[in-house]
Amino acid sequence: MIQVTNLRKGFRGQQVLKGVNLEFASGKITTIVGTSGCGKTVLLRHLNALLRPDDGAVLIDGVDIAKLAQKELYEMRSKFGVLFQGAALLDSMTVYDNVAFPLREKTQSTESEIKKKVEDRLDQVGLGAMGGKFPAELSGGMKKRAGLARALIMDPEIMLFDEPTTGLDPILATSIHQLIARTHATFGFTGVLVSHTIPQVFDISDYVAMLANGVIEEVSAPKSFCASQNPVVQQFIQGKTEGPIHVL
Amino acid sequence: MVSFLGATGRFALEQIAAMGRLFSFLMSAIFLAFRRPAKFYLIIHHIKTIGVDSLSVVALSGFFTGMVMGFQGYYSLRKFNAESWLGSATALGLLRELGPVLSAFMVTGRTGSAMAAELGTMRATEQIDALDSMAINPIKYLVSPRIIASLLAMPLLTAIFDVIGIFGSYIVGVNLLGVSSGSFFAGMENSIVFHDVYSGFVKSISFGLIITWICCYKGFYAPPMASGVSQATTESVVLSFVLILVWDYFLTSIML
Repeated sequence: MIQVTNLRKGFRGQQVLKGVNLEFASGKITTIVGTSGCGKTVLLRHLNALLRPDDGAVLIDGVDIAKLAQKELYEMRSKFGVLFQGAALLDSMTVYDNVAFPLREKTQSTESEIKKKVEDRLDQVGLGAMGGKFPAELSGGMKKRAGLARALIMDPEIMLFDEPTTGLDPILATSIHQLIARTHATFGFTGVLVSHTIPQVFDISDYVAMLANGVIEEVSAPKSFCASQNPVVQQFIQGKTEGPIHVL
Repeated sequence: MVSFLGATGRFALEQIAAMGRLFSFLMSAIFLAFRRPAKFYLIIHHIKTIGVDSLSVVALSGFFTGMVMGFQGYYSLRKFNAESWLGSATALGLLRELGPVLSAFMVTGRTGSAMAAELGTMRATEQIDALDSMAINPIKYLVSPRIIASLLAMPLLTAIFDVIGIFGSYIVGVNLLGVSSGSFFAGMENSIVFHDVYSGFVKSISFGLIITWICCYKGFYAPPMASGVSQATTESVVLSFVLILVWDYFLTSIML
């Protein structure tokens, strides 16, 4: 269980998160939606302590992750898999080596064990024949798939997805959503997904949380979210420029 | 007035914090270099990029520096009828000063800038965050092996620079200007002592540390954008040059 309590974060005098309270149910996918620049990624990066809060806490199974010492923090981070917005593949390595990298660095597995597991994961994301390619030789969608394979290689309990479909065409975006749903069904992780690809992302979400003006405005199941009378939610869903969300 | 004082104080605090971060970065990298598991394959890889890949530029600059020293040394020594000391003057200058400093400049330009740009790009494309989120310490993985590699490669590059420089000076002095080959080497043999070689060795090691430290730091904390990477690369080269010269002054005054 991940609990975010009264989380506040600012950068150079600009307050981005103004007291976020949110719980992520274990084994479910929760999608955080909101306008561009509203702080979704900032919130996501607090969950595995890539950012430290100015105030408030992120509790993973009751443990405040921001207060852990380096060694304990790295043990805690071993529970996480992260798919970054640009996939963040190490560009000096092939796709195969990228996916094998956490196993080589964090486990005592033999090369034959690593090979079997990496090939399994690459097959699961549809990149079975692409192991020898370098990230620069892949399309955007392939990079995301490779990033997902790497994130899943350590069998994480929690998966963080930072805008996994940004920059992809609608068909590719749907295929990435289906891939996330499929891997979730296989591995049963707790998923936290940051996206503004609505309504498509609702299909794979158990819960949707709306971040606006630095706070969580609404958390509910996708159907209830769409039917919400909250003007902030309605403005976002309908894409209106007039309303309680300040648009530049 | 109050706002001026406030801005000055804020600037001073920011500079102190930046220096603290710079030193703590170095301490972390050195501390993590001794933590298991050792990254031998990365150390060997970086010895290649810092050492082997810089060899041609270091050799070429050493050769021409030696030839220039041959001409300038001959011109100066002839005024005192001391042309026969050309070998000694060249070797002392190269071993104690020009060898370590110029080869460090070459490595900064050739490899240090590339380190800053590579790490800066890794920061901008979230690769450093990816390492951190995979519970792999990015300083141990990216910086510590480079520091060890530079400590090993720099003295060797400097030694090569020195030898090729002396050879360049020999060609100019003996083959072009007519200095006797015997006196060229005899003067060198009589005047060079172990301390001259040792001081150049110490300088080259410390310059290697400075280059890797500054260039990795600038790249590691580069603002995550294209202009941030270019700014970090420029700053890393300029700051390395300045620190090499400042540290050279202190080392020279201590080890004279």
